[in-house]
Amino acid sequence: MKAKHQRLVLIGLAVAAMIGAALLAMSALKDQAAYFYTPSDAIRDHVEAGRAVRLGGMVADKSIKREPDGITIRFIVTDNAATVPVRFTGITPDLFKEKSGVVAEGAFDASGTFIATNILAKHDERYMPPQVARGMHKTESLVR
Amino acid sequence: MIAETGLALLWLAGALAALQLLLGAIGLRWQRDDLIAAVRPIAVVQAVLASLAFALLIYLFVTVDLSVALVAANDHSAKPLLYKFAGSWGNHEGSMLMWVTILAIGGGAVALLERRLENRTLIATLSAQAAIGLGFYAFLLFASNPFARLDPAPPEGQGLNPLLQDPGLAFHPPTLYLGYVGLSIAFSFAVGALVTRDVGPAFARAMRPWVLGAWVMLTLGITAGSYWAYYELGWGGWWFWDPVENASLMPWLAATALLHSVTVLATRDGLRAWTVMLAVVAFSMSMVGTFLVRSGILTSVHAFAVDPRRGSFILALLAIYIGGALALFALRVGTVREGSRFDAVSREGALIINNLLLSAILGIVLVGTLYPLMAEAMTGEKISVGAPYFNSAAGPLALILMAALSAGPLLRWRRDELRSLAGRLALPALITAGALAAVIALAPGIRILPLLGLVFAAGLAAASVAPLWRRNLRHAPLFVWGMVIAHLGVAVSAAGMASESAFTKERLVAARIGESFDVGPYRVRFDAVAPVAGPNWTAVQGTLTATRGTTSFALQPEARSFWAPPAQTNESAIRTALDGQLYVVLGNPDETGRWQLRLWWKPMVTLIWAGGAMIAIGGALAMLGHLLRDWRGARRKEAWA
Repeated sequence: MKAKHQRLVLIGLAVAAMIGAALLAMSALKDQAAYFYTPSDAIRDHVEAGRAVRLGGMVADKSIKREPDGITIRFIVTDNAATVPVRFTGITPDLFKEKSGVVAEGAFDASGTFIATNILAKHDERYMPPQVARGMHKTESLVR
Repeated sequence: MIAETGLALLWLAGALAALQLLLGAIGLRWQRDDLIAAVRPIAVVQAVLASLAFALLIYLFVTVDLSVALVAANDHSAKPLLYKFAGSWGNHEGSMLMWVTILAIGGGAVALLERRLENRTLIATLSAQAAIGLGFYAFLLFASNPFARLDPAPPEGQGLNPLLQDPGLAFHPPTLYLGYVGLSIAFSFAVGALVTRDVGPAFARAMRPWVLGAWVMLTLGITAGSYWAYYELGWGGWWFWDPVENASLMPWLAATALLHSVTVLATRDGLRAWTVMLAVVAFSMSMVGTFLVRSGILTSVHAFAVDPRRGSFILALLAIYIGGALALFALRVGTVREGSRFDAVSREGALIINNLLLSAILGIVLVGTLYPLMAEAMTGEKISVGAPYFNSAAGPLALILMAALSAGPLLRWRRDELRSLAGRLALPALITAGALAAVIALAPGIRILPLLGLVFAAGLAAASVAPLWRRNLRHAPLFVWGMVIAHLGVAVSAAGMASESAFTKERLVAARIGESFDVGPYRVRFDAVAPVAGPNWTAVQGTLTATRGTTSFALQPEARSFWAPPAQTNESAIRTALDGQLYVVLGNPDETGRWQLRLWWKPMVTLIWAGGAMIAIGGALAMLGHLLRDWRGARRKEAWA
């Protein structure tokens, strides 16, 4: 093989690998990317049941209820404009409490309850997920 | 006075960096040897000044000087000494000062130690390093002054995020930064060699130890960070595909590709342009990582501050350095001569496959990490890309990479025969088939990715020690040992990952005192809950007794409440056995006196980090081996002369 040919083959291989990787990434992204919703967005867009999404907002005051099994809780996520009931089985994070920010990962069931598989609370007192802050800000200005 | 001295030292170091760049550039352009002679000493003095400034910041933190804004915001007099010390880099300004200090020390080390590189290339390298340093000095002095005063001084500091109050914090950022900044040296070497048109085997041999050193540090940093997340977050996971984790993985992937291609360049004088390109990409990934982590664009424990000005400053630096290096590359790539040729079936061929796969994985991780940011900036849509994407897209490529890795080291340089390769791979192939049969027989329901992970790991383990077969072990060079250990580490780590994801047993229960639960091979009894206190926290501590056969031991998970700043953390209790780990987290109590408990049995999970450590040790041995051989070679040459 001539030097020039070898270089061309190498470049061809590299391009093919990159295109393959890009296609793989695109198809995986289409299936796996989870969209972020505030309660208002979720209700307006009618998120289909079973689709993996993230739900962000505040835990409504006095809404955390514990089921008899001791490990399942129900609570309500609000953005001051709409509310969504959430069910979660597991140990809630350390900073999960009423009237503070939360992001729940999971999917809606047929009845409109959000079944959370994972709960992310803010890491410290100074921190609120910007997506939540922005979502809240938007509804606040809408309410006003 | 100390804070002002620190600031003055920083200004001085920044000025020296400017001088270093200027003298180097002028000296090279107009062939002024008198100017060039000053560059090396300046680089060393600059490193000393930056180190002194950083030492002063640590001193301010240890003595809790609350008249300094940064100390007041992050320190606390009741904090244990180790965290006062480590807290000095547990914040934005301090960590950037550490970054710039390591950058300066890297440049100083090159100036002091590098003897093999052609002098003009070395000067160009040091000038490039000074150019990078200059940008970060400016960032510190104009946008993130760590020594700013606070008047009046508050009576007490605000303390450090409790999640960061962990011995891991003392070591994780410095090792990772050594890796990031080590790649800056590779970048400067590449720029230097492009400037003086000196891309060749001698340049590659000089660059290789620096690349290996940076890569070893990155490996250690990632391994330690993964273990920190595993035991400190109490979620039982060891990798979350968090953007910040990806920010450290991307430079590692690029550096892994680079250290293999630099070997081709050093040994066979091939892949010249590609190696230079990878050196640029690797440091670009470090910069992208720094931008992601430090700009506050991400929400995570690493995002210390949200300040858009800082984000744009780092983004501008990123654009200048990467853009500048790529422009230089485009201008000079024509002058990089064609390297030697080789057959498709050869060690070089296998290393090209390695490089392509690593680049593809890097691309996938980069897309998944940046896509949510792009999508939000473009369309306002908020998207999160998590583990399912990364596992399904990068997982298959990682498996192919493991297969290529099994064959690569058994191939000869330049030209080889597929038939003789098949002979050398016969035993590993047999072991792979045996592992496949064994796993399917023992765990029929196993998912495809963990199954292939275990099977490929078995084959790779056998293949990676093959280069030592029928060889007098005492005469095998040190760098061959390094390669074998690092490749074996990949197999060990992959086996741990596959085993953890396939065979983990989890129990989530609401437990009364005295109740027992089975998890994996253990029976765990919930004995008691009692309050305990530490230096700056109080906690509820559970006591559990785990029994397996005739042995039993106590486990004491805690739920800690810190008061400065007020926050809670879960301290998991972990017991390591030979075949895995028992992992217990104490949750919250309910009204009826039951406590939430989460119990995991994770078979072979420790292999993940053991493998990571092996990879790092292998890299360190390879670095040492190459240095020793080059040193002996140099002495022999002298003896002949």
